[in-house]
Amino acid sequence: MSEQVVVSERAPPLKKVGKGDTLLQVRNLRKYFPVTEGILFQKAVGHVKAVDDVTFEIKKGETLGLVGESGCGKTTTGRCILQLERPTAGEIVFEGVNLEKLDSKALSPLRQKVQVIFQDPYSSLNPRMKVGDILGEPMRVHGVYPDSAERNKRIAELLNYCGLPSKFADRYPHEMSGGQRQRVGIARALCLNPDFIICDEAVSALDVSIQAQVINLLEDLREEFDLTYLFIAHDLSVVHHLCNRVAVMYLGKLVELAESDELFDNPMHPYTRALLSAVPVPDPSKEAQRQHQVLKGEVPSPLNPPPGCVFHPRCTLAVDSCRKEIPPLRELRPGHWVACTEV
Amino acid sequence: MPRLLEVENLKTQFETGAGIVKAVDGISYYVDEGETVAIVGESGCGKSVGAMSILRLIPDPPGKIVDGRIIFEGRNVLELPDSEIRKIRGGQISMVFQEPMTSLNPVLTIGLQLTETMMLHLGLSQDEADKRAVELLGMVGIGEPERRLKQYPHQFSGGMRQRVMIALALSCKPKLIIADEPTTALDVTIQAQILELMRNLTKDMGVALIIITHNLGVVARYAERVIVMYAGKIVEMGTAKQVYHDPHHPYTIGLLNSVPRMDLHRGRRLVPIEGQPPDLTRLDEGCSYRPRCRWAIDKCAASFPPLEAIDGSQIAACFRKDELEKDLKSAS
Repeated sequence: MSEQVVVSERAPPLKKVGKGDTLLQVRNLRKYFPVTEGILFQKAVGHVKAVDDVTFEIKKGETLGLVGESGCGKTTTGRCILQLERPTAGEIVFEGVNLEKLDSKALSPLRQKVQVIFQDPYSSLNPRMKVGDILGEPMRVHGVYPDSAERNKRIAELLNYCGLPSKFADRYPHEMSGGQRQRVGIARALCLNPDFIICDEAVSALDVSIQAQVINLLEDLREEFDLTYLFIAHDLSVVHHLCNRVAVMYLGKLVELAESDELFDNPMHPYTRALLSAVPVPDPSKEAQRQHQVLKGEVPSPLNPPPGCVFHPRCTLAVDSCRKEIPPLRELRPGHWVACTEV
Repeated sequence: MPRLLEVENLKTQFETGAGIVKAVDGISYYVDEGETVAIVGESGCGKSVGAMSILRLIPDPPGKIVDGRIIFEGRNVLELPDSEIRKIRGGQISMVFQEPMTSLNPVLTIGLQLTETMMLHLGLSQDEADKRAVELLGMVGIGEPERRLKQYPHQFSGGMRQRVMIALALSCKPKLIIADEPTTALDVTIQAQILELMRNLTKDMGVALIIITHNLGVVARYAERVIVMYAGKIVEMGTAKQVYHDPHHPYTIGLLNSVPRMDLHRGRRLVPIEGQPPDLTRLDEGCSYRPRCRWAIDKCAASFPPLEAIDGSQIAACFRKDELEKDLKSAS
């Protein structure tokens, strides 16, 4: 407990953030991973630009979707916000505090406020711990509910919120189905009363009928606990359903950002258009009438991204300047940002 | 169109420590020449085991095909000697699997894997096979085929490997391709490329296609007929339009209500199917969907409802199939 007091003394004062205020700002975030050669004397021979100059903000109470295909940098962005990766450059400002300037001790109270739900409920829970311990440990470490009886009461409460009976506290992860495990993963994210949760492909591994249950649960918890989500996913239908605003990433860059309805009704960036056209909708009559624009080629290597606009080799609108200059994000309609000069 | 494949009362079981798993429990369906049929259902519903049984690819033990007939071009596949089934596998019927990295041999070049199959099944010489391999890679959209043939699977990206799998599947001029979750491991833009490619090539060559998937969108875009499976049984079957626009089984209705949809209003709340899929070792006489079904009545516990015709080619296995529609209309 004494340690807890020291931590809170060192922690910067936190501003009270109300609904609609900016909760999180990501400014010019860059994360480059060195690619090394040699075994003993490793030297960097290049960099994978996983996230390259990404800027966005999230308001209290909203759900921002971050979409894109494998390797576009959406998960790395999430990990940088969580401070699981130290960014190469750029700033992450949470509730007015710049996280880059804090050491690990000062970060500790902030870590309580920012939690994460991972994709794979099989590998993100410790197989040798009972569910009660999985949920209780963070509470103990952070000194929330230090009394064990109170803590157990809280664990039972959290399990119930997430649609599990409280007797599940005595079970091991392997005794549960994938959907139940993901509910435990969600309960774990909630156990320190966070303000902000990063859902990294949180429903991708689940079957359709179970996925719908978990999506509804995430919606209910958002209401109940006044949560803000960053919802990282590749499934655009799920993102459309859950998110207020959507950011589209391609090869480490943010290419489009808009309100959800605006983005899905009126996509402007050629990549977003192709992405939306590639998603089949579960209605054979609509599918028969839809125009299918199939994107040619594959995503280039992030080790050696194309110069200029990273999308130009696959783009139908590309002109000469796209091969040389990086298109800036421009606000083409109120709140609708697009990184393309040709739309 | 003439029948290409008829599956009759197929039962495939696995012996496990927990008891006998009835993975496929008496399914019957057909595939006509040149048509695309989708088998949908969630993990563990038996859709993959059912398809693997067609080629007798069930590991025995622990698995066993205990009953049924699989008639392919007039012959019962289950009674053929091993030498004959080997001619069908990769010859008249070929497969495309989900994970192209594990279904290609990592220590052999793509060219060797393609030509080996063709020399075996079509009796081509090395030169003829080489020539046809170049043609095939071009057909599936792989640039510089001569150079690529000398490469190994790890030198290809996921999408490119799946193209190689399709080339391999088409190489021996099959009558039927079974694609088991062919695009589940791929990104959505690559998924669209692969599915368009499969559709165009199978249509051009008149090859029938069974797509096994859990993605209801993929089914709506590519399949002519749909088979819905739940806990080892077929619960509904019909044309894609019949099944999507006029479902007659509570599980199909539940699935369709569960999917988030890009084409509908955003504020809509999903209606999930409550509960979990059943334990396949502990199925009773009754309908296996009844614990999750809001229409279940006492009768559902007594016996499994038979698949009965609704309208033309659509069939569903539910005692209350004719009441669902009225009920849904009055609810909305």
